Amino acid sequence: MDKENLEAPAPVEESRVSESYSQKRLIWKRFLRHRAGVAGGSIVLFLCFCFLFAEFLAPHDISRRYFQHVYLPPQGIHFFSEDGFQLRPFVYGIKSVVSPEDGLKRYYEDSEVQFPIYLFVRGDRYKFLWLFETEIHLFGTGKDNPLFLCGTDRFGRDLFSRLLSGGRVSFTVGLLAIFLSLVLGTTLGLVSGYYGGFVDHLIQRTIELIFAFPSIPILMSLSALLPPQWPSYLTFLGIVTVLSLIGWGGLAREIRGKTLAINNSDFVLAARVCGAKDRRIIFIHLLPSMFSHIIVISTLAVPGFILHESTLSFLGLGIKPPLTSWGLLLADAMNLHALSLYPWLLIPGVCILVTVLSLNFLGDGLRDAAAPYSTY
Amino acid sequence: MHSYIIRRILHMVPTLILISMASFVVIQLPPGDMLTSKLAKLEEQGEMGSESALEQVAVLRERYGLNDPIYVQYFRWIGNIIMHLDFGESFTFEMDVIELLSERMGLTLLMTISTLIFTWIVAIPIGVYSATRPYSIGDYGFTFIGFIGLATPNFLLALVFLFFQVSVFETQSVGGLLSPEFVGAPWTLAKVKDLMTHIWVPIIVIGASGTASIIRVMRGNLLDILGQQHIQTGRAKGLREIKVIVKYGVRIAINPLVSRLGLELPNLLSGAVVTGIVLGLPTAGPLFLTALTSQDMYLAGAFLLLSSSFLLVGNLFADIALAWLDPRIRYG
Repeated sequence: MDKENLEAPAPVEESRVSESYSQKRLIWKRFLRHRAGVAGGSIVLFLCFCFLFAEFLAPHDISRRYFQHVYLPPQGIHFFSEDGFQLRPFVYGIKSVVSPEDGLKRYYEDSEVQFPIYLFVRGDRYKFLWLFETEIHLFGTGKDNPLFLCGTDRFGRDLFSRLLSGGRVSFTVGLLAIFLSLVLGTTLGLVSGYYGGFVDHLIQRTIELIFAFPSIPILMSLSALLPPQWPSYLTFLGIVTVLSLIGWGGLAREIRGKTLAINNSDFVLAARVCGAKDRRIIFIHLLPSMFSHIIVISTLAVPGFILHESTLSFLGLGIKPPLTSWGLLLADAMNLHALSLYPWLLIPGVCILVTVLSLNFLGDGLRDAAAPYSTY
Repeated sequence: MHSYIIRRILHMVPTLILISMASFVVIQLPPGDMLTSKLAKLEEQGEMGSESALEQVAVLRERYGLNDPIYVQYFRWIGNIIMHLDFGESFTFEMDVIELLSERMGLTLLMTISTLIFTWIVAIPIGVYSATRPYSIGDYGFTFIGFIGLATPNFLLALVFLFFQVSVFETQSVGGLLSPEFVGAPWTLAKVKDLMTHIWVPIIVIGASGTASIIRVMRGNLLDILGQQHIQTGRAKGLREIKVIVKYGVRIAINPLVSRLGLELPNLLSGAVVTGIVLGLPTAGPLFLTALTSQDMYLAGAFLLLSSSFLLVGNLFADIALAWLDPRIRYG
């Protein structure tokens, strides 16, 4: 009897435990219900993985020129040959004919020659994760054999490899720019909202001044100021700086609004009454309680940076070769001749579209999960 | 209301001054003054070293007062603009900036404003449709198209348009705002008509992402409002559904759109610049890009100053319209 009474409350206790989740778990569970968000997040993760191992996944070096295969259309991967089905995929060799009428080179599949695609083949040398040199690529047809999944550009460089490398640059620009703008925006937004008065006024007027200019023209003017003799990586960092110098304003405004809202709440008042210093209130009370908000607004801001970078690079004011980015790759398509004859040069545009869409979906999912009933 | 408008206009003055200062900083930032590039140009022509070239540069340096301290230069620059509408000289084109820019700037602004009207005309009915039939197939379709529109950069859409015009319609006379016979001709009724037949391509390209975002905002706003009690009251009184939606719903849901104009206009203007470059339109965009790449800074600065002033005026109109539309706004 006694034993039963003692044990009776136990299941109740257990069910209560299973019903109460930490805030993090609640957000995670809500996020998992947002199907578009999960799909977007998965694509973003997959892309990050691809960009990290870009050289390993790419069959060719991005600057290697195949002069005999200039403007080659994307090659098809085949499983069926004249001998029937074979498990190992292959590409056909390439025959080219220069047409006498317009002097253009036309390519045909040479069904006599087959290049089977192997895993872990030797190709161009590269540095794996910036750590050690190797020449093993995930897949390929062997050195100097053609495998151009997305075709080639006007120098006969492999577009697929360049897409991976360019995607890494575009994505990194977005991430670094959001990081820099977050540092700027969070600091200034917090200061602005917390201290108010003259500092607040000054910061808000500065943001208004930035917003008074149309974004693309002011970005163009600032990137045109980057010295043309700078090496590629410095220009890359310069573009990141320019993007964040213009982009922090929106973030700072949001952080300021959030700071004002939380600053009036009871727990901050309690802390203040207890004699907490400003530093403690900011770092222990304000910042942690807007952390989810910061993650959401920064996820939603990354696509904007990526779009701006691609626009700048497309106009020739952004990333410079030998680095490449999706915008820079699309610049090759900006003439009617190339556009009508070599439409595969538009593939980088599809990549931009997919990336930005996925990031938007991920951001929407996170936003709905972090604050289901509030609208931003 | 009048005092509100006057105060609002006065409020613009400090911003305008700051904008002009920022534009001037952009002009001044490249290393060397603009005569450095002039000198280089003369050098290329093989005139460098000759008395006349040096003399010419010295005269120009004196004329533009490049030896004066920077604030004197600023006041001279802004003074010339205010008093004589003189934005300086473009060194690449060897013309007055104002002459070079006026028609192109006008076309750019015309394109921006027509795009604005276009986005509203297209987006509001779609937004209303989506909000009154939420989670229907049509709603999902428009939402999907909207997401694509938001994710497509302007230049990509312009490229796609070019691609279709070249490969599907097989016309080579793509881009451009005017038929060849009207380029450079004085403005007549026929020219305006010709402009109208060409302008819709850039308008769609520029307006795509704006339309998408307005649809989203309109749908969200109207959905919120249609759930409120005054809508229920209207229906309970036996009003026709169309009247409930238009007079009780859309009328209120429009207000946030007007206040969003301040965000909308800069995007449209940015889009007009990029689209102008890709489609090769005779607008200010291509000129601005040339100015930047050849460090023709007076031209670039003039464009920055003019476009941001335009945005300021746009914001002014948006604020006035909002105060007039929304009785809840206190402006007394």
